[in-house]
Amino acid sequence: MAQARFVEIGRVAYVNFGPESGKLCVIVDVVDAKRALVDGPTTGVTRQQMPFSRISLTEFVLPVKRNQKSANVAKCFDEHEIIKKWNASHAGKHVASALRRASLTDFERFKLMVAQKKKSLLVKKEMKKIKPKH
Amino acid sequence: MVKWYPTEDVQKVRVKRANKPARLRGGVSPGQILILLAGKHQGKRVAFLKQLESGLLLVTGPYKLNGVPLKRVPQAYTVPTSTKIDISGSDFSKVTDAYFAKEKENTKKTEEAFFAPKKEKKPFSDAKKAMQKSVDAGIVNKVADPVVKKYLKTKFRLRNGMFPHTLKF
Repeated sequence: MAQARFVEIGRVAYVNFGPESGKLCVIVDVVDAKRALVDGPTTGVTRQQMPFSRISLTEFVLPVKRNQKSANVAKCFDEHEIIKKWNASHAGKHVASALRRASLTDFERFKLMVAQKKKSLLVKKEMKKIKPKH
Repeated sequence: MVKWYPTEDVQKVRVKRANKPARLRGGVSPGQILILLAGKHQGKRVAFLKQLESGLLLVTGPYKLNGVPLKRVPQAYTVPTSTKIDISGSDFSKVTDAYFAKEKENTKKTEEAFFAPKKEKKPFSDAKKAMQKSVDAGIVNKVADPVVKKYLKTKFRLRNGMFPHTLKF
C-alpha cells in the first residue's frame, strides 16, 4: 500500500479510451465519486470532466492548486518535464511499444517472429545447461 | 399533370456498355508482395507482376521459393502487403490471358469415347516450364536479403490475438 497512487489535485493521468485517448492530463478538481475535472493544455486535452474509468493514474504529481488556470497548469507541466519523464517511465515505454506493435507491417511482423524464435532457442539452450537431466 | 404514356409499350433502348476491367486497388504496383487468400496456395506470399486484360492479377511465387507458378488471381482473393521487391529484371510481357487458355482437344462425343478408359493427364508443357524459369530468374536473383527470401517462403498465419481488421499489412 505504500506505493499506492491516489487521485489528488495535480495527479498526472493517462487517458485510456474515448476521444482523448492516448494523451496525458492533470487532475485539477474532483467532481464526484466517478468524475474528475482534467486539463492538459500542453498535451491537447481541453479542460473537461473525465470519468475515472477512462484514465490511469501515473506516478507523477504536480504542485498544482485546485481549479488552477490552464495557463498555469501548462507552465507547471512544462517546468517538471512530465512528457520527458513519461516517455522514460516503464508505463510510458509500454504504451509506446504497444503502439509500435499495432503499426507493424506484415514483413515487420515476420522479422519479429524470426527474432523471437532465435531468442527463445538461445534461452532454451541455456536452460538445458542449467536444468538437471531427467 | 399525369404522365403521358404511348398506346403501345415501347421498349426502352438500353445502351450496352463494355465491362471495364477491375480497377487495381490498394495501391498495388508491380513487385508488390501479395498474400493469397484462397485455393491451394492459401496464405502464401507471392510477387505481383501485372494486371492482365481480364482484370485478373498475374502473380508468381517465385516457384522455387514457395511453389506458386505463374498464376492468375482475382484481386478479391489477395491482400496486398506494403513490401515490394524488384521485378524489373524479369520479362513477363508474353504472359497474357491467352497463355492460360486450356488446350482444346478434338474428341468426338461418341459412345466408344464415353466408355473408353480415361486419358492420362498431360504433363506440364516444357515451354511453360521455360517461361516460368525465365520470369523467376529475373526476380529471385535480385532478392539480396535472405530474410525476404524466407518471408516469401513462409505462409501467412493468423495467431491468437491477431485480428485482420486491426492488422496493418
